[in-house]
Amino acid sequence: MSTSEPTLLALDNIGISFGGLRAVDQLNLEVKKGQVVGLIGPNGAGKTTVFNIITGVYKPTDGRVLWKGEAINGLPPYRVAQRGILRTFQTIRLFSGMSVLENVLAGKHLRTRQTWWAGLLSTPAQRREEKQLREECMEILKTLKLDHVANEVATSLAYGIQRRVEMARTLAASPELLILDEPAAGLNDNESAELNKTILDIRDSGVTVLLVEHDMNVVMNVTDHIVVISFGRKIAEGEPESIRNNPDVIEAYLGKDDDEDEQEAFA
Amino acid sequence: MDIFLQQLINGLTVGSIYALIALGYTMVYGILRLINFAHGDLAILGAFIGLTVITGLAGSGGAPANWIVIVAFVLAVLVVAIAGVLLEFTAYRPLRNAHRLSAVVSALGASMFIQNGIMLIWSPQTLTFPEGIMPQTTYNFGSVVISATQIFIVTVSLLLMLALYLYVNKTRFGTAIRAAAIDQDAARLMGINVNKVITSVFILGPALGAIGGLFIGVYYRQAVFDMGWIYGLNAFIAAIIGGIGNIPGAMIGGLLLGLFSSLASGYISSTWQQAIVFGLLILILMVRPTGILGERVADKV
Repeated sequence: MSTSEPTLLALDNIGISFGGLRAVDQLNLEVKKGQVVGLIGPNGAGKTTVFNIITGVYKPTDGRVLWKGEAINGLPPYRVAQRGILRTFQTIRLFSGMSVLENVLAGKHLRTRQTWWAGLLSTPAQRREEKQLREECMEILKTLKLDHVANEVATSLAYGIQRRVEMARTLAASPELLILDEPAAGLNDNESAELNKTILDIRDSGVTVLLVEHDMNVVMNVTDHIVVISFGRKIAEGEPESIRNNPDVIEAYLGKDDDEDEQEAFA
Repeated sequence: MDIFLQQLINGLTVGSIYALIALGYTMVYGILRLINFAHGDLAILGAFIGLTVITGLAGSGGAPANWIVIVAFVLAVLVVAIAGVLLEFTAYRPLRNAHRLSAVVSALGASMFIQNGIMLIWSPQTLTFPEGIMPQTTYNFGSVVISATQIFIVTVSLLLMLALYLYVNKTRFGTAIRAAAIDQDAARLMGINVNKVITSVFILGPALGAIGGLFIGVYYRQAVFDMGWIYGLNAFIAAIIGGIGNIPGAMIGGLLLGLFSSLASGYISSTWQQAIVFGLLILILMVRPTGILGERVADKV
C-alpha cells in the first residue's frame, strides 16, 4: 500500500484517565485512505478504549482525534457516525427482535433524507425512498451471502452469521472508515478464512478498515500496517512481517520467558 | 345476550381510548425505561383544550359545527404535543443519567403540576361538554344501541393505531425509534440521534393521548381536573397487560382492558369495576409477568 495516500484518521497524542488509571497514554496513530490497519495488544491494553475515543463514546483527557485534518473529539457518537466512521462490536449488538433486513435498514438511517414527519404523511417521495432503501439493503445482504436469511430474526441466527449481519448493518451506513472490534471472535476456521476475504473485499470497494483482533491468522493476512499497544502505550508499529519478529511485541504478549509453543501460536 | 353485546360495544369504545393513551406510556417506557406518570394528565389536558376551543368558537347555544370540532382536535393535539416536549426537557432530560427513582419522583411531580395547572386555569368544578359535538344518531339492533359517537371513536382510534404501527415498522424514523429502544448505544454508533428520537416519542405519545383525552371528554361529556389520574392509571395498566414497551401490546392491552371492565360492570357490579380491573392485572402478572406480548422486556430490565 502506497504511503502517498492522504491520512484519513489521526490520533494526535491521545490520552485518557479513568480516576487514577491511565488507560491510554500519548498514543499517536495514523490511518491512511485505503489501508487495513490492525490495532493489537494483550488483553487490557486499551484497544477498545481507543475505539471508544475514536467513535466519540469517550472524550479523551488529552490530545486530539483528527478526521481528514479536523478535530472530532468531543462530538457525540451519532455525529462521528455521520462523518463516516462506523463500527461493529466485540460482543455482537444486533437489534434483537428485528429481522436481518430491518437491522440493515437501521444502518441505512444515516444515508436517508426523509424528515421524521414525512413517514407520518406517507408522501410518495417517502414511499419511493423506503422501497429503494430496501433494494439497496438486499444488495448488501447479497454480497455478504445473507439474502436467504433476510427475513429471519437476526438474533436467532448462528453466531458466525450474526457477525456478518452486523457487518452488513455497518456497511449499509456507507462508512469511509470501518472499525471492526474483534470480528473473528467466536468464528471457526472456515468462517475466519471467509472473514479475511470479506475484509479485503471491503477494502477493495474503497472503504478503509481499522481492526482490533486477536486472531493472528486474520491480523497477519489482511492488514497493511499494524500498531501494537500495551498498557495504553504504543510499543511498536510497522508491516505485519516486522511486527511478527519484533522482540518487544513478543515480550508484551508472552512475557519474558520464551516458550516455544506459545511462540508458534503467535506465528 | 343483549347485555353482553351492549357491554361489548361499550367496552370496545372505552378500550380503544385506553389503547390510544397506553401507547404514550409504552413508547416512553420503551426508550427511556421510565413510566411517564404525567401522561394521563397530558391526555386530559387535551380534553380541556378541546372543550375551551369548542365553547369558545361555538358559544353556549346549539351544536358546534364540524369544523369547530376538527379545530378542537387539532389544537388539542398541537398544544399537548408541545407540552409533552416541554415536559421531557424540564422534568426528564436533566435526570437522564440520574437514578431511576429520581425520574419516577420527577414524573409524579410533573403529574401533580399539570393536574393543578388545569385546576387553576379551568376551575376545580366538573365541566360539561355541550351537546351535539359528535353526531347524535344511534342505531338500534334489538335492544342493543350503538351510537355514531362510538363508531367514530373506535374507527378513528383503530386508524390512528394502524398508522402508528406502520410508521414505526415501515419508515426510516420508525426503525430508528425501535433501534434506540433496543440498544441506545449501538443506535448512536449507527448515526441515530437518540435525543431526537426521544423528543419525537414525546410528540407522538402525547399527541395520541390528547386525542384519547378529548374522546373521553366528548364520550362522557364531562371533564374534571383530576381525572387524568384514573384514566392514566387504567391506560398504564393496559400497557402493562399488553407488555410495556411493546406497541402492539399496548393496543391489545387497551382493548382487552376496556372489554373486561365493561363486562365486569355490566355483569357483576360497576362499584367493583376498578377492583376487578386491578384483579385482572394481578392475575395476568402472575401468569405472564412480562405481559401478553412483552417477551423482550424481560432481558432488558
